[in-house]
Amino acid sequence: MAMIEFHEVHKSFDDLAVLRGVTLEVERGDSLVVIGTSGCGKSVLIKHIIGLLRPDRGRVVVAGQVVHELSERSLNELRRKLGMLFQNAALFDSMTVGQNVGFFLREQTRLKPRVIAYRVAEKLSLVGLPGTEHLYPAQLSGGMRKRVGLARALAVEPEILLYDEPTTGLDPIRAAAINQLIVAMREQLAVTSIAITHDMQSAYTIADRIAMLYEGAIIFQGTPDEVRRTEQPVVRQFIEGSAVGPIAVD
Amino acid sequence: MERNASLQMQQPRGVGWRFVGSLGAGLLRLCGSCGSIAHLWLQTLRQSVEPPYRLRLIVKQMELVGVNSLPVVLVTTTFTGMVLALQSYIAFRRFNAETLVASVVALSITRELGPVITGLMVAGRAGSAMAAEIGTMKVTEQIDALISLATNPVKYLVVPRFLASAVVLPLLTIIADLVGIVGGYIVAVYIFNSNPNVYVRNTTYMLETADVYTGLAKSVVFGMMVSIVGCAEGFHAEEGASGVGRAATRAVVFASLGILISDYFLTALFY
Repeated sequence: MAMIEFHEVHKSFDDLAVLRGVTLEVERGDSLVVIGTSGCGKSVLIKHIIGLLRPDRGRVVVAGQVVHELSERSLNELRRKLGMLFQNAALFDSMTVGQNVGFFLREQTRLKPRVIAYRVAEKLSLVGLPGTEHLYPAQLSGGMRKRVGLARALAVEPEILLYDEPTTGLDPIRAAAINQLIVAMREQLAVTSIAITHDMQSAYTIADRIAMLYEGAIIFQGTPDEVRRTEQPVVRQFIEGSAVGPIAVD
Repeated sequence: MERNASLQMQQPRGVGWRFVGSLGAGLLRLCGSCGSIAHLWLQTLRQSVEPPYRLRLIVKQMELVGVNSLPVVLVTTTFTGMVLALQSYIAFRRFNAETLVASVVALSITRELGPVITGLMVAGRAGSAMAAEIGTMKVTEQIDALISLATNPVKYLVVPRFLASAVVLPLLTIIADLVGIVGGYIVAVYIFNSNPNVYVRNTTYMLETADVYTGLAKSVVFGMMVSIVGCAEGFHAEEGASGVGRAATRAVVFASLGILISDYFLTALFY
């Protein structure tokens, strides 16, 4: 059984149909990268997994449970298996790094403060930011914020990690560091992951499989090598970054 | 071409039609806002009684709402008491009824002006801050992050602000009542040379406990209203800095309207 399944998922906002029948499966331990142009609905896709959005039609099944049919309590139980890194990290700016990373443990578990502090230090070391507990998000660079966001997602000890544009807004060196970190998480923690990006360098580095979302549907799926070799015109134009081709430029 | 022409035919033309159209759109938006505020109020009441009870967050919000609003409440209610004494003294002098000034000030402040002015000041000071803070959290995906960490945003963000405001508003109103009455005393005694003992006696003679209690009961409702409107507007903030700014403005406008309109109905209910 797949860990994450999308069955004919449709989602519209007012009159704008963003997802028009997405069908997709991610096996346990797999790392899928969804690529697509800006505004094509990649974030909308990923937000269905964590129950931030409900599909208009179709089903999203995570760990054998249909997400939009769950009660709030069951949905929160499911969320304990999920960690999400948001596009701009979405750190709570009124809290320190330590409070951000320890948020879930403090609010949703009965762990003692000493244990929480230990776990926070452990996760911050894992993302290469030991000893930064006392800093505030405003004092961090973009790359550091993403790493703290990842540490906060890891504090849940998730089975599934979701990455929303993990390298967007970073310089190539910091983007490479984040990519390495994502690969390390997959290898060390054996989590299932979905990342959405339009950064092909990142996609090739972190993916076992790559799927392309275009006009509300998955039009191509394959390994990074298959993507490199494909002659599918839309995918070709996207990975070559060409302004000429079937994808219309606004 | 034909289709475009028929579409143009459907567009209302003229200033009158545009006015009716924008009035209708405004009414629809207002109904939508009222609905979402009522829905959030119910959700908050339900979440307020369910554990966990985050006392630390409630105390922090009490400090933010109370301490931030206190200076402006002190200044406005002192001057309100003063101007009330000034106006009523000038009016009552025509009928040789200056002794009524103390009672008018005390009753007006405790029944009406204390809670209403405190509510309006808290709406401007703390209600707008709630809308801006929650609005910023919304547009920077911090609320989505809360949900992803299995935390209910109404329980975590709204309930502490709601309970803190419902407790702090009556406390601020007690202070506002006191300084308002003192403001009236200063004007009557030091400007119009009223007898201080007579003034104090007239203040306490007409004032009943019920006058103070009903004022405080109103302030509890105003506190709940300010926090719910502030939070609801924050949750509905649109993208960008201007969206957050508009949410803060709407929070003040709607909360002020709510206070003044509900004040009438609460007064009718109490007396």
